[in-house]
Amino acid sequence: MERHALPMTITEKILARHAGNRSVRPGDLVEVEVDLALANDITAPLAIRVFHELEAERVFDPEKVVLVQDHFVPNKDIASAAQVKMMAEFAEALGISHYFDLGEAGIEHVILPERGLVVPGDLVIGADSHTCTYGALGAFAAGVGSTDLGVIWATGKTWLRVPETILLVFEGQRPRWVGGKDYILSVIGRLGVDGASYKALEFRGGALEGLPMHHRFTMANMAVEAGAKNGIFHADAVARDYVREHASRSGELFKSDDEARYLRVEHFDVSDMEPQVALPNSPDNVAPISAVDPVRLDQVFIGSCTNGRLGDLREAFEVLKDRKVARGTRLIMIPGSPRVYLEAVREGMVEGFLKAGAVLGPPCCGPCLGGHMGVLGRGETALSTTNRNFVGRMGHTESRVYLANPAVAAASAVLGRIGSPAEL
Amino acid sequence: MDYEGRVWKFGDNVDTDLIIPARFLNESDETILAGHCFSELRPDFAEEVKQGDILVAGTNFGCGSSREHAPLAIKASGIRLIVAQSYARIFYRNAFNIGLPALEAEEPLEGLRDRIRVSVSLESGRLRDLESGRSYRVRPIPPFMREIIRAGGLVPYVKGRARAEGNWRLY
Repeated sequence: MERHALPMTITEKILARHAGNRSVRPGDLVEVEVDLALANDITAPLAIRVFHELEAERVFDPEKVVLVQDHFVPNKDIASAAQVKMMAEFAEALGISHYFDLGEAGIEHVILPERGLVVPGDLVIGADSHTCTYGALGAFAAGVGSTDLGVIWATGKTWLRVPETILLVFEGQRPRWVGGKDYILSVIGRLGVDGASYKALEFRGGALEGLPMHHRFTMANMAVEAGAKNGIFHADAVARDYVREHASRSGELFKSDDEARYLRVEHFDVSDMEPQVALPNSPDNVAPISAVDPVRLDQVFIGSCTNGRLGDLREAFEVLKDRKVARGTRLIMIPGSPRVYLEAVREGMVEGFLKAGAVLGPPCCGPCLGGHMGVLGRGETALSTTNRNFVGRMGHTESRVYLANPAVAAASAVLGRIGSPAEL
Repeated sequence: MDYEGRVWKFGDNVDTDLIIPARFLNESDETILAGHCFSELRPDFAEEVKQGDILVAGTNFGCGSSREHAPLAIKASGIRLIVAQSYARIFYRNAFNIGLPALEAEEPLEGLRDRIRVSVSLESGRLRDLESGRSYRVRPIPPFMREIIRAGGLVPYVKGRARAEGNWRLY
């Protein structure tokens, strides 16, 4: 008879499988086989340099390397053009099939699930901190820097310390205008920006049953904003339907054991939850919208790897349809991928957004990181559906950023100040 | 291994956007990156930092983006060692990977100020303020990270392992 393995969490089980061990415990240092290794136009150039320094001839598996042009594209300047070109040449030379150039490219964390490149049970490592997004599909996904990634390209492996897990249990009925963004902002507000440092966040509970995928991606995406290594859901029927629709593989379903050990358990009752807002200058400076001053806004941004999916645009559309953006406020919207953009056109949303007075950008990270396409000037204030509002994140160090969900962003654009859709 | 140098003191939650703003990430050359290091937070840093200086910070140093440009800019500016109360995990890995040791202090480094000289002894696990004589406990570097630093970073470490063992091969 097989010896009963130690009870494990879903994170521990996926790490054990990829380390070739029967079981792992928090604190163990394990070497794991990587299923997918991702970089973008900012992190790839350094990873390519590392890959060449290692004198590797090939990447470990050209089907398991993904390169996405998304941060400073369309090229914001000559230096960006050089980085983009370097990545294109590397993809060509190494025969990397999942290379996404303009036209196919969009935000990496929107594209990969959409293209079926991540399925439950996978171990995904990306040179981007928001790689944790894929935990929404029941995969282990974590961000690293470029050197780690270059080493993975050359060896197919990396080392990870098995994290302890904080279990987050969501109960209750989801109120109108509240969703994944509000749930995760509540978590970050409660835990703090380093409250989950080096830890796994596991999202569970009745309130998450039937929760559409775009909300889950938003929640897993911002796990890193509490310092977490990964954020993970169990792949339930909703996730499995999503995977069936988008991927050719079905993946492997892992489930936390009932007796699995957690560092701690936090409960969230969503029934009375209001839309949440993170105030300047930290994602953990969170308050319910009724407690936030109706601050005048120079800019509203709807998009990013956090909230640039079709479901996010639909929520914004519900608010913006037949309304006008307030004079003196700019509304920038960026669909997260060409597919999201095309579907938004088909559904008539793009016409609605344009009539409302929004400007639509091409699929890319856009103004989220203050690089281009909507950089904030000195003294300006923005409300954004993105994930970070650090000092200077979206432009001048004397600009201020509030974070919220897409419906609140849309309503605030109409009001010209921070406000709730319920006010309209 | 021992270090001695001048302190640059930072607070809690210094994020990678403050270390190197994203608009400069259109470059990968560390000398250029170093010229923009802490440009918003400490405009005097890039000009006045000296080879061998020591960066001292509070909790959650290097949070936010995974950009390796952050530790690269710090290292290329001349900083030889970071001592903070805690780090964001990606920054911590990145620092060791590029051969920049990042030590964890076991107590708040409240008494330290800019430009005072300190010595750090890894053997005794002590950081000493050479002006006041006050000393602070620092945690030993985990064995695996020590190996990476001894090799000079992750690239030489992996090359060495690939030469030595069959199961770490370079494709």
